Parts: sequence; C-alpha cells; structure tokens
Amino acid sequence: MTVAAPPAEGVRTGSPWGTVARYFVLCALAAFFLMPVYVLVVTSFKNPSDVSATHIWDLPTSLSLSNFSAVWPKLSSGFRNSLALSIPASLISSLLGCANGFVLSKIRFPHANIVFPLILFGIFVPYQAVIIPVSQTMTTVGLRGGGDPTGGLFGLLLIHIIYGLPITTLIFRNHFVGLPNTLLESARLDGAGTFRSFVDLAVPLARPAFAVSIIWQFTSSWNDFMFGAMMTGRDSWPVTIALNNIAGGQAVPFGQAMAGALLVSLPTLAIYVLLGRFFMRGLLTGALQY
Amino acid sequence: MWQGRFAVASLIVVALLASLSMCAVGGGRENQLEVYSWWTGPGEEEGLNAMAKEYERENPGVTFVNAAVSGGAGSNAKAILASRLLANDPPDSYQRHAGLELLDDVRSGKVQDLSSLYDQQHWRDVFPKGLLENLTINGKVYAVPVNIHRANLMWYLPSTLKSLGIDAPPKTWGEFLSQAEIIKSKGKTPLAIGPEWTQKHLLETVLLGELGPDDYEKLFAGQISWTSPDVEAALGVYAKVLQYTDLKAAAGDWQTQLDRVVQGSAVYAVMGDWTANYLEGVKKLAYESGYNVVASPGTDGIYDFLSDSFTLPTGARHPDLSRDWLIECGSTEGQNLFNPLKGSIPARTDADATIYKGYLSWALAQWRNPKTRIVGSLTHGVVANNAYNAEIDSALGLFVQHADPVRFADTVQAKYRETQ
Amino acid sequence: MTATHVPRHAQAPTRPVYTPPPPPKRRKRHGPRWLPGLLLVSPSLILIGIFVYGFLGWNVRVSFTNWRGLSPSYHSVGFDNYVNLFKDDRFRGDIRNLIVFTVVFVAGSMVLGFVMAMLLDKGVRGEGFFRGVYLFPMAISFIATAIIWRWLLDNGSGADTAGLNKLFSDVGLGFLRSDWHKSDSIFAIAAVALPAGWALSGYVMALFLAGMRSVPETLRESARLDGASELQVFWYVVRPMLRPITFSVVLIMLHISLKTFDLLYAIDQGNLRIDTPSLYMWFTTFDGGFYDRGATIATVLLLGVALVVGPYVWYSLRTEKR
Repeated sequence: MTVAAPPAEGVRTGSPWGTVARYFVLCALAAFFLMPVYVLVVTSFKNPSDVSATHIWDLPTSLSLSNFSAVWPKLSSGFRNSLALSIPASLISSLLGCANGFVLSKIRFPHANIVFPLILFGIFVPYQAVIIPVSQTMTTVGLRGGGDPTGGLFGLLLIHIIYGLPITTLIFRNHFVGLPNTLLESARLDGAGTFRSFVDLAVPLARPAFAVSIIWQFTSSWNDFMFGAMMTGRDSWPVTIALNNIAGGQAVPFGQAMAGALLVSLPTLAIYVLLGRFFMRGLLTGALQY
Repeated sequence: MWQGRFAVASLIVVALLASLSMCAVGGGRENQLEVYSWWTGPGEEEGLNAMAKEYERENPGVTFVNAAVSGGAGSNAKAILASRLLANDPPDSYQRHAGLELLDDVRSGKVQDLSSLYDQQHWRDVFPKGLLENLTINGKVYAVPVNIHRANLMWYLPSTLKSLGIDAPPKTWGEFLSQAEIIKSKGKTPLAIGPEWTQKHLLETVLLGELGPDDYEKLFAGQISWTSPDVEAALGVYAKVLQYTDLKAAAGDWQTQLDRVVQGSAVYAVMGDWTANYLEGVKKLAYESGYNVVASPGTDGIYDFLSDSFTLPTGARHPDLSRDWLIECGSTEGQNLFNPLKGSIPARTDADATIYKGYLSWALAQWRNPKTRIVGSLTHGVVANNAYNAEIDSALGLFVQHADPVRFADTVQAKYRETQ
Repeated sequence: MTATHVPRHAQAPTRPVYTPPPPPKRRKRHGPRWLPGLLLVSPSLILIGIFVYGFLGWNVRVSFTNWRGLSPSYHSVGFDNYVNLFKDDRFRGDIRNLIVFTVVFVAGSMVLGFVMAMLLDKGVRGEGFFRGVYLFPMAISFIATAIIWRWLLDNGSGADTAGLNKLFSDVGLGFLRSDWHKSDSIFAIAAVALPAGWALSGYVMALFLAGMRSVPETLRESARLDGASELQVFWYVVRPMLRPITFSVVLIMLHISLKTFDLLYAIDQGNLRIDTPSLYMWFTTFDGGFYDRGATIATVLLLGVALVVGPYVWYSLRTEKR
C-alpha cells in the first residue's frame, strides 16, 4: 500500500486538538464504511448453516474456507475474461477521453461549445433503454453470437469504451480547463502540432485525472452485468455473471455468495491501491514556469 | 516530455496484451447444444448437470453448453433471452414456465410446435390431463415439462404449534384468521411474508382457497370479473390475512421468510415446495418431525402447480440436437435424474416413485391421484401471460400501500382486458 | 523569468526542466488550425452519434408505437403512450421517488465526499489506508452490496431484530431503530440513499481530492505568505478552483442517481415505495413485454434530464474562466 508522503514545508500549526479531531472523524467514517465489509468478510468465513440475517454481527464459530473453495472454480474463468475486458476498457477509454477533453478545452473548433454538451448527455443514457438496439447491432456486425472467436468479449470491450467516452471526456475536459493555457501556447510557438501537444504536454499533466478516470472505468466495466450477460456466453462471460449465478438462484448460498463477492472485489481494490500514488502529487511542478 | 509518449505507449501496449487472452476464448462450436435456463442455485444446478452428463453420454461428440443466467427470479434470464430472440440468435433450447408464460413466444413465432413430438413419444398418455390442458395453446403444445412444483402449501414447525397449544393447521382461511388472533396475542407472527412475489404467491392461494378451483380458473380465463362480489370478498379476506403477516417488516427473501418460521418467531408461511429442499438441506430439519406441511387453507385435494419446461426455438442452430434434448427432458430417465436433486417431482405419472422420499413422496402421491384437481399458478406463469402478470405486480404493489380491494379489483380487471 | 517554485512535497524528486523540442521543419499547414483537433475527436463523435443518439432515436420511435411482446411493431399510436404514462399511478410514484432519492443521495454523497477529501488533503498518516477504505465500497459488486444492505436494513422487530437495528439496540442506541426501506412513507426511498451513498461517497472524495491536489502549491503558499489562515487559504484559493471538478461531481452523481437500478433491483424489487422509473422501465419491458411503455419511460426520463441538467450545463460553461 502506498504510504502518504509527509506534508509540504510551510508551517502547519494546526492545534493538536484539531489533529485529534481530524483523526477521530476519519476513523469514525472508516468504521461506517467498513461495517458492511465486516459483514461481508465474516459471512464468507462462516459455515453455511450459521448464516442468517439475525446473526450477521456474530463472528464465525469456526473459520471455514469451504465457501472459498466452493466458489473459486466457478469464478476462475470469469476472472480471466473480466481482466481481459476491464484493463483495456479502462485504459483505452481513458486515453480517448483525455484526447477529447484536451481538444474540447483547449482547441477552439467551430461549434465546440455544442459538441461538449452533446457528448455529456451520453452519460445519462440508461442501459436498459439501449440493450435491445445494441444487441441487434452487435449481432448484425458479427461481434455477438456464435461466430465470434472472442465469444463476444471484443464487442463488449467496444461497448464499454463507447459508453465510457462521455464520462471520461467530462473528467479530462474539466481537468484541462483548470490548467493555464500558457503551456500550450509556448509549445505551439515551438512548433508542436496538436497531436504532439497532446502526447507530450497534456498526458503528463493529466495524471490525477487518469487516476479517477481509470478507477471509474475499471470499476464500471468490472461490475457491469447487463451488457456482459447480453454479449457473452458460458466460456466468455465476465466474472460478474458467474457471481450473479451464485448469488441469484432460487436458494442463495449466502456464505458462498459473500466469499465470491470478496474475491471479485479484490482486483478493483488492487487498482485503487496502485493508482493511489497518482493522488499524491499535484501538477508536474517543473513545468509551471511562468 | 518523454513521459507523455511513454505513458501513451505503455497504456496501449498493456491494453493490447491484456486483451490477447480474449482470443483464447473461442466462440460457438459446431457440435454443441446450448441450453438456456435460470438454474444456477444449489439443487437445480446439480439436477441440470446430471441431465447434461446423460445427454452427452447418449450423444457422444456433442458438448452440452449450460448457458444459465440467474437473478431476479428469472427476470435477468428473460431480459437476456428477449434480446437474443429479438436479434434472431436463439439458443438451442430455452426454459420457460409451462403455461401462458409462453403465449408471447408462441404468438411471435419464436417457438416451434411440438405436437408431433408429443404423439411420437406418447407423452399425452403419461402427463396428467390438467397439465396437458395448461400446456396447450390454441390446440398445440410448445414445451416439454421436466418437473412439477406445488405452490399451495403451508409450512410450519410442529414444535411451535405444540407450544402455542394449536392442534392442527387451519383448514380454511376463516379458521386461520381466528387462530391468528390467538397467535398474535401470544406475541408471535401468525404468517411470515417476504418480497412482492411472495405476496402475490399468497394472493393466489387465498383466491384458490376462497373461490375454489373452478372459479379460480374462470377468473384468470376472464370468464368471471375481478369486480364480482365473490372475488371482492376473497380480496377482502386477503387484506385481512395480510394484516396478520409481518408485512411491515417483510423478509427480504423467501428463505429469510422461512427462517422466521424456523426460529419460531412466526408460525406459518405459505410458499412453494422448493421450501422442502431448503428446510431439509440447509436448515437440517426432518420431514414431519422437524417441519411439516399441509395444503394451504381451503385447498386440500387441489394441486396448484407450476412446471419448468423447455422449448424448441425457431431458428435454433441445431434443431435435431434440440429434439434429442427435449426427448430426454420428457423421458423417465431424464426426469428421474433431475427431480430428486432439484427437490421437485417428475411431470410423468409413470416415473418410479420409490426414489422420491420424504415430502416428495407425499407430493408425488397427490400429483398422481386421479381425484386431485390440478390448477395452474398465477405467480409462476401458468394461468396468466407475461403482460397480465406484470400489470398485476404493479397493482399489487400499490394495493399493499392503499389496502383498498375495490380499487385493486378495478385496476386488475381493466388491465386484464388490455393485456389479452 | 522563472518563479521559484515550492515543491508540493519536500522529498519529491526534482523534475527535469521542460526543454522545448528542437525546432521542427516548417510544416505546411493543410486546412485550419483546429482541424487536427477535430480529427482527434471525430471517432468519438461518430461512435457517440450512433450508440447514444441513434439508439435514443430508436427509443423515441418505439415510444410512438404499440410494440408489445417479442414481435416488433412499428405501428404508430401517436401520443397515447405518453398520455397513459402520466396517468399511470406507478409512474407518478416513481417520479416522486426519483426526486427524493436524487436529492438525498447527491447532496449526502457530495457533502460526505467533500468532507473526506478536505480531511485528507492536508496529508495524514495512513492516508493511503483511509483512501482505500473509503473507495473500497465502490469495488464491491452490486449483488453483494445489495444482499449485505438488505440484511443491514432488515426491519424485523423483537426476536427478529437484525442488521443495523440490532447493532443500534446492542450498543444502546435503540431509538435509532428504523423501518428503512420498508417504511410507509417517503422515508423508504430516502433510506435507500444510504447504501448508495456508502458505495459512492468514496469516489466523490477521490474526485475532490484530485481537484484539490491539482491546485498548485505556489498559490497556496503565496496566500499563506500574505497572512491567510489555513481556512482562508482553503476558502479563497482552493475552493474557487474546484468549480470545474464540482461540475463533474454533480453530473456524475446525477447520472448515477438516475441510473440506479442494480441496487434497488436486488434490495427489494416489487416494493413500489422504492420503485423508480429505471426499475419500472426494466420490469415492464422484459417481464411484461411492454416495449412501447419502456421506450416511453426512457424518453420521458431523458427529456427530464435535458430540461433539468441542460440549464446547469449551459450556466457552468458560460461562467467558466477561459
């Protein structure tokens, strides 16, 4: 886990009481956020017969890994598929969003003011409303159904990238708007074209935005159920479908469902930890030469 | 400056590498049978796998692909299935509840007529008349039933009844109401209830108990109006029964609903017979000594059934393989492989009864008894088509809030007309 | 003239100073200066045009038909679906629920997320741990979240007390006991904002933290040198620079609120007190086969969004510092 660097120079004379209060609030909030996680963890390790709604706070009478061993075989291929899906989806849609955001904030092309709201509106589209036309289009194009060698995963990747574009564009565009134009102008004067400005200038400056964008897109594609279920089949379905099958049947084995959910949430947690360092620093300070 | 190029390049490379393993997945194979269901839970999944193994044994070289998707009591599966059917990319066979739930598929030409298969396999001789009637739409049959579940059952713990001094479960809803008063005065919940669909489940058993099987069938066939006095009286009974449930603190799941009975804080629960598997398998209670079950009040001798069945979709990629699957579904071997694991009884009346123990043997005896009156379930799609059922859900959700039986009856009657 | 800059963190490695690239050969510019930019965005525009607007158009079209069941029908019925929808009791309740849910969820998450970001911004020991804890809920799949919260919000009483109510009574806070989403009033839908806020507040925190951390330390330092207290630094320097990020946060939260489906679906489907248009759309289309009504709900929902969010977007864009 990345550890926070100590605060900057400059005297912070917060009173010790202030610091205590701050830590107290942070810990209280942590308790609130961890409370359901406690239930999740504790239930995963219980014996199936001990699981019941009135006893959710009780610690397991004996630690049992049976839930995990029952659940892992059902989830393993789903893990592979989900990783093959979510990693590219988050990286590529973030990159594209960065490009869009950069252009929309810094480059004035005709009607740029209308284009951004039009893209933005895309984040409000409810997936239930488009699931039918998407499935029909994907089938027509051959990215869904029996013939597709990736089992529908490639089409699913495209879907996540496309529907992720509005939100990543929003994140990056608003990040770039807050940055001064001076850098871009000086690069222009040195002859850098749009694309080079983007790669050399915009991308390094957008690290915190990359962090939030990748976190969002990874989580959203990792936890997506509907598009995944619609596009893929048994061999190619993402881990969410497998988990849902454990937890959604007529007689839910709650211990297994919780164990499965715990396992499924680990990769996303890993991403959050990995990207944590991007929250650490601010702008590329060396570049801010006025 | 190089940081930007490095970043972009590495992002693209990582993305490509990660997506490489997509290509290893592979799509549809030639010799496969893709069967679509919502059976992924304990019991049902094992049953399906047993049938799958048998199928592969009988059809060497063919892979059985279990494309089950669960959730929302089949709601997810229905949505995914709809998207596939609309894109004209059906699986080789898919699950539906037998009855009017299939009506839309039939009208849209999505399933094929199986009457000739029925004749060939002599299924009309082994399925009970009540079942066959509910399977037949416009004179043709479109699905093969694998199992039978019963909906009109009331579950209880003999120990709880004893401790409350109650001799026997109520035989009519009137009797239930008087028992309920006593139970309530002793601080327990007379009837446990769960989410909305369990409330609909309770509604159908009350209607069945109050109206009797003939009027129940006429009601759903549209021959009796919801606003007629008998039906409104039955709805009034339902409203009263609801007051004796823990509706305000309804359980989140049918299992949690039963948990309250098991814990002793509730006395009765009305639920289908998948409960038996839960009580015996998970809660480790024995039939008759640990838990017991009777027909829900007023429905003794009536079998309110629901049945999981499989279809032959139009445009299925491998129709011959599908037909083999359907034959297995309707065969004694297939049904006897599936049902003991699922916790249901076979639809065939000639299947070997000795392998069904405990509760299932009682259920089987009832099913096969020629005197038993068979009617179809509302909640599980036998006597109402999808549109009608969905509208009833909306109306029932509102009824539970405003508790006005007349308003509910008016709404449902109007919706009936609209959804035929 | 270069200003001395104070690195944000004393131990930060020194950055290479930006050296301009060698002057390239003079390229002949083909077309207007903004053309490469437009080309860079055009794939996105085309794809969004099809997958968002094209498919929305399909919805609008279907909303004017009487398509029921699996046989598509494009037979026009004029505005009937819209008229019937506004008379529909369930839909009216849904709109009411949606408004309440949105207000409680968005306001609550924003306040909570902002507070958490503020607390973390100064840098505390174990920041990584706290950040991870606050973000983790978003990582947990909705199915598990819904099951856990269904247990937590269980409103059994007496011997059936479970979940949060049980926790409250065990620690002596029994008066906090609530019926949560089973309440008989509008509180039911507000109660569901609790799990939703639990899941998303961490992300709001991440967004605000990214925004706060993007404020150059130089600006803060000069304010401090001018004698501003930490609070004043925050209020007068940092806060105004958070405008764009707040814009992002509001839009993201709004869209999540409108789209919240999985959570409600899995917590207590069929309970109309927590029903929303998005749930109704799903059930009526896929359980009932009312494709026409589903498309109508989608269209009405999106029109509502355009009417409410549109002015906000327009206002924000206008008042942006360029």
